[in-house]
Amino acid sequence: MTVQDLVNRFNLYVAAGQQGLDRQVRGGYSGDLLSEVMANAPEGCVWLTVQGHQNIVAVAVLKQMAAIILTGGQTPDDETQQKANQEGIPLLLWSDSAFELAGLLHAAGVQNSESATA
Amino acid sequence: MSVLKKCFHVKKRDFISAGEASINIQNILKSMQIDPKLIRRIAICGYEGEMNVVMHGGDGMVCAEINTDNIVLDISDNGPGIEDIRLAMQKGYSTATDEYREMGFGAGMGLPNMEKNADLFTIESEKGKGTRVRMVFHMRR
Repeated sequence: MTVQDLVNRFNLYVAAGQQGLDRQVRGGYSGDLLSEVMANAPEGCVWLTVQGHQNIVAVAVLKQMAAIILTGGQTPDDETQQKANQEGIPLLLWSDSAFELAGLLHAAGVQNSESATA
Repeated sequence: MSVLKKCFHVKKRDFISAGEASINIQNILKSMQIDPKLIRRIAICGYEGEMNVVMHGGDGMVCAEINTDNIVLDISDNGPGIEDIRLAMQKGYSTATDEYREMGFGAGMGLPNMEKNADLFTIESEKGKGTRVRMVFHMRR
């Protein structure tokens, strides 16, 4: 499953990082504390967060994530979009809660191969 | 013998460039075909160390030294220093401001994450002079 597949299926808005839409999605993670995400998010995941500032892009690059999804109607800062474009990390927007989207993603087969916090 | 050493300047409150030193180091390690698991551990340590400099440290340097049998991350700054290192090393302890906490920092996980992911971890700090964290990662063959 690619990021583009998720965009199509859940009607996610692509705010930046179009060039990374062909990335493979290999799991999911949800969190807003950057150190906790840095420590535990699995490689290749889509990351659900309410943080819209530019430092989320570095976290996504370093964790080799597939995409960042801003939930709860949050919008990214301009600098965040620029950085996401620069790094080729898709930055997607979802207007409902992270809980709702996580449930939909999980049901659609986005699951982690091993426990993320193991 | 050092095979390669690269250093990156990190500036206080420079959130625009924050993370780039770690991303650069990660790209170098990938190009050298270092074990991906090791790269992931180094990425965590590099990022946490770099953000500590950006948020607390004043100006600093993030250096990576790639040797034949290990990789060394050496992160130093000329900031205010840490008054009580034992306290700073405790999970959940943070001196982050409200501004940084709102950004999702200040969970008090940075230094403990670094210690956990490095094979060797040393921290030295002097009040008014700065802090230096040195982490060694063994190559596994």
